[in-house]
Amino acid sequence: MSREPLLSAKDIEIQFTLRGKVLKAIRRCSLDLYEGETLAIVGESGSGKSVFTKSFLGMLDANGSITGGSIMYQGVDIAQYKTEKEWLGIRGKKISMVMQDPMTSLNPLKKIGKQIEESINLNQGIKGEQAKKMAIEMMHKVGIIDPERRANQYPHEFSGGMRQRVVIAIAAACRPQILICDEPTTALDVTIQAQILDLIRSLQKELNMTVIYITHDLGVVANVADRVAVMYAGQIVEYGNVDEIFYNAWHPYTWALLSSLPQLGVKGEELPTIDGTPPNLFNEVKGDAFAPRNKQALAIDFEEEPPFFEVSPTHKAKTWYLDPRSPKIEQPKSIKMLREKMKK
Amino acid sequence: MPEREKLIEIKDLQITFGSGKKKFVAVDHVNFDIYKGETFSLVGESGSGKTTIGRAITRINPVSAGEILFKGQRISGKISKDLDREVIKNCQMIFQDPMASLNERAKVDYIVSEGLINWHLYKDEDDRKRKVEAALREVGLLPEFASRFPHEFSGGQRQRIGIARALIMEPQFVVADEPISALDVSIRAQVLNLLNRLKVSRGLTYLFIAHDLSVVRFISDRIAVIHKGRIVELAEAEELFLHPLHPYTKALLSAVPIPDPELEKKKRLLVYDPSVHDYSVNKPIWEEILPGHFIYGNEKELDGYRKEIVAKENTK
Repeated sequence: MSREPLLSAKDIEIQFTLRGKVLKAIRRCSLDLYEGETLAIVGESGSGKSVFTKSFLGMLDANGSITGGSIMYQGVDIAQYKTEKEWLGIRGKKISMVMQDPMTSLNPLKKIGKQIEESINLNQGIKGEQAKKMAIEMMHKVGIIDPERRANQYPHEFSGGMRQRVVIAIAAACRPQILICDEPTTALDVTIQAQILDLIRSLQKELNMTVIYITHDLGVVANVADRVAVMYAGQIVEYGNVDEIFYNAWHPYTWALLSSLPQLGVKGEELPTIDGTPPNLFNEVKGDAFAPRNKQALAIDFEEEPPFFEVSPTHKAKTWYLDPRSPKIEQPKSIKMLREKMKK
Repeated sequence: MPEREKLIEIKDLQITFGSGKKKFVAVDHVNFDIYKGETFSLVGESGSGKTTIGRAITRINPVSAGEILFKGQRISGKISKDLDREVIKNCQMIFQDPMASLNERAKVDYIVSEGLINWHLYKDEDDRKRKVEAALREVGLLPEFASRFPHEFSGGQRQRIGIARALIMEPQFVVADEPISALDVSIRAQVLNLLNRLKVSRGLTYLFIAHDLSVVRFISDRIAVIHKGRIVELAEAEELFLHPLHPYTKALLSAVPIPDPELEKKKRLLVYDPSVHDYSVNKPIWEEILPGHFIYGNEKELDGYRKEIVAKENTK
């Protein structure tokens, strides 16, 4: 693929200092983002998916910092940004974020309209009547009925789904190029979830945005994503087009994730689980980070970290299984059966 | 099918909050039975009253009309002190958010045995310790954990503590209120397996409350769909998934994300519009349309549903 990436993160390392100890949250993680696409990042809690994307906006906590690698965006390495002033040129204007919980991400003391205006005001320098008009227009765009009246209400007068619409309106108000949605629907009901996903999709088309979804719900991934990246213990372990990940995954962690879906469970039988816990990132990780939890791990998995092997030009997996020297390992049956099962 | 023992019977249940002008009917005209040894699920969106029903059974919320029977005995409203004890011991609850439902200032030892202490259900200190140890082991935790505080555990472990706390009372019936919605995917499977294992080994009966339908299909024997405080459809799990009849059930099922990109992108989303029901003239009833398959609707709608069933039979 010769397309130029819109944003390109290379070998990113992020460390947090906690009580004098150093936690390596992200360990040399690379990612290319192409214009107009929807990329989903999946992984369990603590795998670093939020931290990784937050580094694109300079939103890391005060005790964390990017210690290596580069993030190229519009010809500039934004990983080198140090001051808040530099970040303000990116955050909200070019790259925006929708947070997980709409109950806590709005200011309860401010009217909804004012909160959207604030974002327009800050990022575009538009004030007063015009900002108000734009805020109402934005509310209309995200499907809030009767926006003139609703703009004068407070967050507590909105339901969860409506609040998430407001949060999306705030994030999209400045027409960012990249919209990062951090588990936008986990706090919501299924019916509302479907509506919000639809809304993000139509906004993406209308405003020409590139969207990154962070989620652990593979159903949502199947719904929205063009490409998927699977994260484990601070690294991307596999990425590819959505079909490639669902039908032809190669990393054992991706297999484990797919086969522990309750949708695949047979009643009366145990669901396959991922035993053990993710590695402690305070310690140095040796070899493949997933090896201790992988029942079919190879000896080399404990010794040396695998590089990325190519499955197809768009699909790469970080596992020794794909090395021509490794013993032949079949993809588990449950993955092959995924398709037939789902048809029911 | 042999006549199964009914553990819980709910008859014309109504639960209201507030009074006078502010009166709000949260649950209305709810009828269902839970058989011994089954997992019965209540599914619906937030605010539909599913938790309220669960809390009414465990006697946390008072009932304003109708009654709840446990093994044929009325347990709603005013009951004798002895029966109250019996109910509290036999009906336990597992709560949704393991981060919020454990006392942060108490050790696991106390959290797990609080029920025992309150009801003096142990002989002596050794007996209590032994019971705590057994309960922790049963849910896959180490007995050493008893001396720790909740903040030292992960979400999945905390949920296990919540389950141990319910189990130590040796209940027959457990209300599991969204026990896994706050957990991570990989841990969900573990907790679901644990619940299923306990069901078999202890002969438990569950009322499983959830909004995630994919989980519900895996775990339950029968499912009731609840909308705005009314149960609109009730059927065996597979029956409900394969042949949903009520428009709300259909909408709910269509909204469940399928982890398969091809099917998911082709899927058509149905939206439920409550105004399709015209109940002004023709009053709706709760009808068993097929054996074991109940639905809420008026005569005209029921006729429509019957035609749908016949049509489906013919295409087979």
